[in-house]
Amino acid sequence: MNLTLAVEVDPYIVSVMLLSLKVAAASLGIAAVIGIPLGVALGLTRFSGRLVFLILVNSAIGLPPVVAGLVTFLLLRKEGPLGDLQLLYTPAAMVIAQIPLVVPFIAGITMAGVAGVPTELRLQARALGASRLREAVTVLRESKGTTLAAIVAGFGASVSEVGAILITGGNLLVGGENYTRTMTTAIVLETRLGNYGRAMTFGGILLVVIIVVNVFLTRAQVGRPVR
Amino acid sequence: MRSIAKLSLTAAIFLTSCSSPSSPGESVSTFVVASTTSTQDSGLLDELVPSFEQDHPDLRAKVVAVGSGEAIDLGRQGDADVLLVHSPKQEEQFMTEGFGEFRKRVMKNNFVIIGPSTDRARVAGASDAAAAVQKIAAAQDTFLSRGDESGTHQRELDLWEKAGVDHSGDWYVESGQGMAETLSISDQRSAYTLTDTATFKVMEGRISLKVLFEGDPALVNPYSVIPVKEARNREAALAFASWMTGSRGQQVIRKFGVKQYGSSLFEPDAASE
Repeated sequence: MNLTLAVEVDPYIVSVMLLSLKVAAASLGIAAVIGIPLGVALGLTRFSGRLVFLILVNSAIGLPPVVAGLVTFLLLRKEGPLGDLQLLYTPAAMVIAQIPLVVPFIAGITMAGVAGVPTELRLQARALGASRLREAVTVLRESKGTTLAAIVAGFGASVSEVGAILITGGNLLVGGENYTRTMTTAIVLETRLGNYGRAMTFGGILLVVIIVVNVFLTRAQVGRPVR
Repeated sequence: MRSIAKLSLTAAIFLTSCSSPSSPGESVSTFVVASTTSTQDSGLLDELVPSFEQDHPDLRAKVVAVGSGEAIDLGRQGDADVLLVHSPKQEEQFMTEGFGEFRKRVMKNNFVIIGPSTDRARVAGASDAAAAVQKIAAAQDTFLSRGDESGTHQRELDLWEKAGVDHSGDWYVESGQGMAETLSISDQRSAYTLTDTATFKVMEGRISLKVLFEGDPALVNPYSVIPVKEARNREAALAFASWMTGSRGQQVIRKFGVKQYGSSLFEPDAASE
């Protein structure tokens, strides 16, 4: 039985771990840039389609990740509308697949956090002559603990994703080097091949990452400064 | 409260009746067949297993479709009762190590090298299979490897070895997945790859790659059935093996694919031994 755990630093294992982190970080980065302003806007403004938007955002949070992967695949394959970009089976495709999953999540929580800021504070800011934008920034700063927690939670979810990134990434090695294998897709492969030691190594690293993520998450929730 | 009790009772009855055999007094024993992705992806197992179970109503086959290498590993660990694989070198080693009851030829088809119709590497004119892969390496054109210790992967590695070619380079991509997924990826990347004819015929309509090289005796693809000696269900394993090599199994194999693809996807080959 193949149970020898990898104790030495295997460059393949390191590259797989790094790719997991990079893909999750990229997805979160893009999702934050889109989701936070969206959440603030939904939380602060009153516009006619707001209820519909709210329903959409809440439903989108429940979107099964593998469905996001499938849709991304259909868009990026060579017969698809974005086929000419040749993004399928690249790390970029994996990031793209995760964006529709993380954006609603970040937007939804930011929105809730923003709505939770006492109205007196907002009125005060307005009374002191703050523009809409200034007001938004103030409110965001007040609820930043919640927003930060959302980002950290999103990272945890992103790094655990399997189906969508397997479909869009292809779990490939190129020239013997890791190209689209993340810790999760590598676990699927190594388990299938019977390399249980390797699979458990990836599983262990993944658990450590999740624990670290949750340490930051708890600190952010409890209100301690996140270093 | 009472309605919850009723609901739970109904649920409990429903669930237990789902897991017990359909007709009382008939005990069904299950066994595990470890087979390859080609037999699964081509749809052969979807034909074979029901036919086998029809002839043996007391047996239920659980098929695990992985690559030949993994299937053989499952056999070694006793997690599979019988193997249906296509990796001669690995099979021989399995038998030498004493894990297999016997090893019988069941069927065969061929491997072919497929690729984009533009065929930049000019594989189509190669003198033999080894020369064909050598041309791909020379042209540094993308080649998709199974990379999963399967029978197909093993054969591909044999070809590189025969050609004396080092396949390292960014043009060499490994999917680590089954034949169907690898064909899909090859198609998307307009790459060359080695495939068995059965999976290819089934996927042909969905991909744009074409057969560029075939016919070399080095590309014959024989499948064998091996009952595992220390199988949990030895009886079932032996029954499966003799059915596969017997007239009924061979007939099912011969008929498979004829209606849809015009010819058998696998050629029954038990009589050759």
